[in-house]
Amino acid sequence: MTALRKIQRTTQQIGLKGQAAVLDLTGALYLPDHDVLLVADLHFEKGSSFARRGMMLPPYDTRETLAALTDAVFRFDPRTVIALGDSFHDIGGPDRLGDEERTALGGVQTGRDWIWITGNHDRVLPENIGGQVAEEMMLGSLTLRHEPMAGEQAEIAGHLHPVGKVVMRGRATRRRCFLTDGNRCVMPALGAYAGGLNACDAAFRPLFSNGFTAHLIGSERIFAIARSMLCRD
Amino acid sequence: MSQRSASLLPKTFRDWFKSRGWTPRAHQLDLVAKAREGRSVLLVAPTGAGKTLAGFLPSLVELAERGRGRAGGARGLHTLYISPLKALATDIARNLERPVAEMGLPIRIETRTGDTPSHKRARQIERPPDILLTTPEQLALLLAHREAEELFKGLRRVVLDELHSLVTSKRGDLLSLGLARLLAIAPQATAVGLSATVREPDDLRRYLVPQRSPENALADLVVVQGGARPDIRMLELGEPLPLAGHTASLSMPAIYELIKGHKTTLVFVNTRLQAEYTFQELWKLNDDGLAIALHHGSLDVAQRRRVEEAMAAGKLKAVVCTATLDLGIDWGDVDLVVNVGAPKGASRIMQRIGRSNHRMDEPSQAYLVPANRFEILECRAALDAVHEAAQDTPDARIGALDVLCQHILGMACAGPFRLEELYEEVRSAAPYAELSWEDYEACVAFVATGGYALRAYERFAKIVKGKDGLWRVRDARIAQQYRLNVGTIVESSMIKVRLGKSLRSRPGTVLPRGRILGEIEEYFAETLTPGDTFLFAGEVLRFEGISEDEVVVTRAGSGTDPMIPSYEGGKFPLSTFLAARVRDILADPFEWDRLPPQMTEWLLQQRRRSIVPGPRDLLVETFPRGNRFYMTCFPFEGRLAHQTLGMLLTRRLERAKLKPLGFVANDYGIAIYASGDIAGRAARDPNFMDDLFSQDMLGDDLEDWLAESALMKRTFRQCAVIAGLIERRFPGEKKTGRQVTISTDLVYDVLRKHEPGHVLLRAARADAATGLLDVRRLGMMLERIRGRIIHKPLDRVSPLSVSVMLEIGRESVYSDNADEILAEAEAALLDEALA
Repeated sequence: MTALRKIQRTTQQIGLKGQAAVLDLTGALYLPDHDVLLVADLHFEKGSSFARRGMMLPPYDTRETLAALTDAVFRFDPRTVIALGDSFHDIGGPDRLGDEERTALGGVQTGRDWIWITGNHDRVLPENIGGQVAEEMMLGSLTLRHEPMAGEQAEIAGHLHPVGKVVMRGRATRRRCFLTDGNRCVMPALGAYAGGLNACDAAFRPLFSNGFTAHLIGSERIFAIARSMLCRD
Repeated sequence: MSQRSASLLPKTFRDWFKSRGWTPRAHQLDLVAKAREGRSVLLVAPTGAGKTLAGFLPSLVELAERGRGRAGGARGLHTLYISPLKALATDIARNLERPVAEMGLPIRIETRTGDTPSHKRARQIERPPDILLTTPEQLALLLAHREAEELFKGLRRVVLDELHSLVTSKRGDLLSLGLARLLAIAPQATAVGLSATVREPDDLRRYLVPQRSPENALADLVVVQGGARPDIRMLELGEPLPLAGHTASLSMPAIYELIKGHKTTLVFVNTRLQAEYTFQELWKLNDDGLAIALHHGSLDVAQRRRVEEAMAAGKLKAVVCTATLDLGIDWGDVDLVVNVGAPKGASRIMQRIGRSNHRMDEPSQAYLVPANRFEILECRAALDAVHEAAQDTPDARIGALDVLCQHILGMACAGPFRLEELYEEVRSAAPYAELSWEDYEACVAFVATGGYALRAYERFAKIVKGKDGLWRVRDARIAQQYRLNVGTIVESSMIKVRLGKSLRSRPGTVLPRGRILGEIEEYFAETLTPGDTFLFAGEVLRFEGISEDEVVVTRAGSGTDPMIPSYEGGKFPLSTFLAARVRDILADPFEWDRLPPQMTEWLLQQRRRSIVPGPRDLLVETFPRGNRFYMTCFPFEGRLAHQTLGMLLTRRLERAKLKPLGFVANDYGIAIYASGDIAGRAARDPNFMDDLFSQDMLGDDLEDWLAESALMKRTFRQCAVIAGLIERRFPGEKKTGRQVTISTDLVYDVLRKHEPGHVLLRAARADAATGLLDVRRLGMMLERIRGRIIHKPLDRVSPLSVSVMLEIGRESVYSDNADEILAEAEAALLDEALA
């Protein structure tokens, strides 16, 4: 009972192409009809990718991202998890994965189906990271892919790392967000070091010709914010 | 000509002084004598004392003598001059050329700044001039050069100009490390520091010499006593001043008259906003068409240069300026200094006054112009301090660890180093004299691999220890990275402001086609929404949006009032010293006689309705107003410490279920408003106020707040850039999108969680203690007021409280609580839907 209440407090339910979708505070999205949990843009090993180039970012991003992922997976306990691409920051990422993190990843994968959809950062994924690899897939009437594509087809995608910025009386906050118009949903990046693209950016315009609602991830809960309330950077 | 100068100066020099109708001043000869003894020396002198010539005279004499000994040929660099400003270095080079040319000395003088072309830079290393004038950043670059040792090994003298201003920042830390390296390469060299009057000259004397043994830890000291006492007074108006605000609008006609009555006036203000406002107001009054110009750090460089040149040429009647003109560039014949707004610090005001009358034997003339009633108190305190020549320059810095990280990489670029040797060298720099081996090792580890407990990056190490025990930089690319990121000024927090052109064919469309007006803080730009108007570059501008990396604005129609009240660029907090004096004046009714009558009346009113607190007390007032409950308090510790206090108090009130709604802070006090009855709670619980203000707020409450504080994240970002964790973004460089850049806010969150003791977090905390969060001062205040809180429950606002209450709506309301902001935005959506 407590677990359920926790889920309710940290989630927000929306409708997507006639089916329920639960937006989670971690940035994951749960589809109860299919018992599928979606996550986007994990960017594992981004820290070590920068370190290769002489910028020694703290090497804890992967375990931090894994902690959020694990939290979502264990709370929803879905039959299937689908990662919507850019799960690793670069092709060498899976090789640099530390032993501890590799074990932790194996732990969340156990007992469920796991699908890696490829992204522009991880077009190729090795076999030793478990699960299956796909370029895109259909789930009922919904297309799941990394990069959203303008058009009528209902889809859930990632790639753009949307963030929404709100300014109220001189106070500003910038948070990761889900963008949706009921037909399409662009998910926030879940990676600890994944930056964000402002939802007002032109890149989102062709995807949501009739506007969208942004679901901003606050510290304690998710807030539905009108497009008109969002500001540019 | 005295016997002393005959024995110290060669004939050429004596003749030259005579030909100019001058006599060498005692301190100028003192410096020549010190140089002959091989002593390092600190010269403390007021403006106009011939400080610069004094600093260079020993070098000129030596070079003149050396020139005769070894004609022509390749000579090494003799004297290195470091100035905080590029413009100052250029200026000094020009001034030096004159005596050198007039005496026909065979001395080559060159400058090296960011603007020096690369072929000249290369040549300067191959065939160095006799005297090189440069900046701390350029020195760091030179020292990281592979030829550094060759270049500097024959160095005789280092001249550090405006030392009092350099040592108060991280640039001073960087320079101290550079100086330590210079003196290690050239142990025969001596250092000369030139400084305005400071509170603790010993701090600067230590800075100039290697801290290796207690006996030789101080440079010699030469002090030039300040000439005539300044003629300084407070501008008094017939009418009462407002209770709050910083614009001094009532005083503008009087200031205009002062400008009219003098040859050239410098009008100093504290913030860019005040500069903008004052400039605009003076021009409204300017029926005589006086040449009044504007100068502040955010204006475009070209525009600033034009003002500086016009000023030097004597073409201007007045310049309205901020701290950018605080430093010693020669501004020609200024005969009046007007300081608008509170002085904020005694030493600062004295240095500003020194800008008038460059001849030290004539009194400088100056006016202090208070903008509100509290500022009258502050001006009074400052006048007293000036008369006693009391100084309040800040304490010596403890060297920052992020700067040390940068230096370590630079030293590795110069050549292989031994860990222990570099440690000893670093500790010979005064700010780092107390550096522990553990901290030093942590910095080296950071430079090498990030220094994380999880040793994940060994194979990417930037510096590596060889079999010979020497540390070397891994490859040329790392050295290049160092060169691009050198320096302690993190420029990327500024964003350019460009005038846009509205398209007539498509109303509402603005193209970024106009000229650049200057730059503003990025965080200020972030709080603007299209349509907001604000004052900048002397006019009211309308914010249109951000295009790539620029703020695009249009001119607002005439008569438009700026909507966004202020941005804080250049705002100084009130110094501890002046704050204590203000409290003293307030607490002592005998002192009130020296204040204007309006002020005395106001304080008597306060005493009747509430109380006037004693010098060590903290007055807390509570009162209801509208349907809210207010709490005000008056620590007089400066706005930065008050902001932090406000953040922590609201957290505690939140926890006490008193539902705080927001707070505002100024230099004197804060006002918090809540929907819960604070006075009622205090009445039921006699310990409530003591608990609320107890020192333990600097424990967990501070920790919790730091986790999300935007100010702390900004502080961390600066440390991350300086230490070389991330590359700096250059002005004009495009934001390259989400994959390439990394947000330091995200890094901060992760690091804080996984390695809270990491050296970078410690560096950021050390900055927070004295910088934007001023935690140290808050700590001292909480200590001071322990057991001395006087709570006055009132049924209405008191005269004292009115002044800080008036800040509501004028200053931004602080909050770092994202959920609060989001909830408000969400509610706005619901309101819209229900309307």
